[in-house]
Amino acid sequence: MSGAEDATTRTPPAADAATPRPRWQVILVRPETVTFLFLIVATIGASWLSPFFADVRYILESFTFYFEFAIVALILTMVIISGEIDLSAASMMALSASLFGVAYQAGLGIPGAMAVSLLSGVLMGAFNGFLVINMKLPSIIVTIGTLTLFRGLAQVIAGDKSIGKFPAWFIGIDYRFVFDVPIPVIVFLIVSLILGIFLGTSAIGRQIYQIGTSPIAARHAGIRVNRIKYGLFIAMGLVSSIAGLLAASRLASVRYDLATGGELQMVLIVMLGGTYIFGGRGTILGTFLAAWLLVVIATGMTVANIPINAQLTVLGLLLIVSIIATNAIHVRTQR
Amino acid sequence: MNRITGVIGALLRRRAAGIAVMLLIFSLVVGLIQPRFLTPDTLRIVMLAIPLIMVAAMGQMMVLVSRHVDLSMGSMLGFTAIVAGMVFRDFPDVPWWVGFIVAISTGAVLGLFNGLVVTIFKLPSIIVTLGTLSLFRGVLFLISDARQVDPQFIPSALIQMSQTSPVFGIPGIVLIAFGVAFLTYLFLDHTRLGRQIYAIGSNPAAAPLRGIRVVPVTLLVFTLSGALSGLAGIMYASRFGYVNPSITGVGFEFTVIAAVVIGGASINGGVGTVLGTVLGVILLGTVSVALPILAVSAFWQDAIFGAVIVIALLIDRSVRERGARSVVAGHRP
Repeated sequence: MSGAEDATTRTPPAADAATPRPRWQVILVRPETVTFLFLIVATIGASWLSPFFADVRYILESFTFYFEFAIVALILTMVIISGEIDLSAASMMALSASLFGVAYQAGLGIPGAMAVSLLSGVLMGAFNGFLVINMKLPSIIVTIGTLTLFRGLAQVIAGDKSIGKFPAWFIGIDYRFVFDVPIPVIVFLIVSLILGIFLGTSAIGRQIYQIGTSPIAARHAGIRVNRIKYGLFIAMGLVSSIAGLLAASRLASVRYDLATGGELQMVLIVMLGGTYIFGGRGTILGTFLAAWLLVVIATGMTVANIPINAQLTVLGLLLIVSIIATNAIHVRTQR
Repeated sequence: MNRITGVIGALLRRRAAGIAVMLLIFSLVVGLIQPRFLTPDTLRIVMLAIPLIMVAAMGQMMVLVSRHVDLSMGSMLGFTAIVAGMVFRDFPDVPWWVGFIVAISTGAVLGLFNGLVVTIFKLPSIIVTLGTLSLFRGVLFLISDARQVDPQFIPSALIQMSQTSPVFGIPGIVLIAFGVAFLTYLFLDHTRLGRQIYAIGSNPAAAPLRGIRVVPVTLLVFTLSGALSGLAGIMYASRFGYVNPSITGVGFEFTVIAAVVIGGASINGGVGTVLGTVLGVILLGTVSVALPILAVSAFWQDAIFGAVIVIALLIDRSVRERGARSVVAGHRP
């Protein structure tokens, strides 16, 4: 906000304004470049920590659960760019996956159960959208509420037992390969590519940035702000249910506590990718690179025998450091 | 006649009265279905269910009033409880009250850390505390070596506090909870510093122009939130008699936020009262005690708490219609 005031009150001398920043500098200070450099450093560091690290196939197989979060993080990137946030995605994964399990047990068959799960994702996303857009409530607290609500409903419908006994063809998607790459990773690559093109080149994609930069100006410019935000929240629900199905296939069972705490990883991936928490800036490329960064860090910690609980320390610290760093970069380049 | 309806109307518009009425109706309905609900025993169970939430809710309420949010409370509770428990385990001779000092001061340090990151780097507290939620939990695993502090190490005097006290036999932790609520009321309503917290939350841009030093006050609010989580931590050790690194305090922050939001504190800052929060905590405690009595599966509890947050937010829309912005937008640098 103060940035806008600065621009009007303190007009810089014309000479300063005339010299554009050199191109190499523009590229270098982009948050995605920083993410990319970190990715290289982390890869070198991890291979130095353990010789077992450099096995690409091992990385891809054992960290498919990060790709589930990463697929959700791609949509979350767009939600945050539009100036909103959604913390309920991990709970939406759990509820839609639990519904999938219950529907399958009720004899709906896998395709029918999948349809139920995807539909529930759309409805949950629409519910968030309704509260944020129609009821004009702040998305932070709404999605904290629905985080508790959806997880609670998952517990109501699934109890505390695992629902499993899915047919053999459905389970183990993380061990199905296309050209040696597990299917969840392929899904992540394809979704990244589509969303990257959509957000970077389509009219609606560019409008998402405008909404995040200034919702009022966007509305005056004739952008259908509410419709686009609704679309984003619904996409969030849909992608969460897809991630929930991937998790159900990987685990061969579902429980209400599936992906508990996953909102941390999702937000972490988006922040590591250099998306600005206050909206208006960020890229799919950044989130894409950050997902790999997180996988490399997690794999590195695991092959270095750091227990999974202690890894929480690193993830939490990373989130704080990455938000400080991207914030600093964005505030600098704003001037 | 007009005057009377006017008084009633004014009373109903007050949040606290609304919650009190809801509490009354809920208790009566449950009592009609299941008469054994309306017995002194139930009151005792409710009173024992709420002290931890009440103490932490006072901290969370102050944080919300200052237009921030603290998601790291559950981890701070677990962290402080495990530190206090380890002190009892490794130094069996220390008296019970040392646990209080250890837990509260540890919590204050953790809270101060939250506050420093939020204020120095001008970051939204929701993301910072989402980070420290997992950071603190991770560090707590490291320092405790993922080992539980078993019941035999918790001093019996501490456990006694959850059972009785010299004051009419009311358990000590209940007295502490209401004492903390009263002190919070004195602080927020009757000190300059307390009023400044409301001023910051109502209008963060105007507060410094009125000579309020926003950064130190915000630091204080986060430190208090940590210290009160620490108090809740030592009360956990007293109430449950053990501390487990992967159970203690997990998900606690959502229960506390639910209680505070029911109590009428606004996520947009500047709004929130001790009385409303106390009643919100009691309502939440009563609901959770009533569920098993009504033979409703315990699985419903989280869903009901979540629904209650959403409903409370919808009720609050009118309070919010003051052009206030969201927490994130409010801190745009």
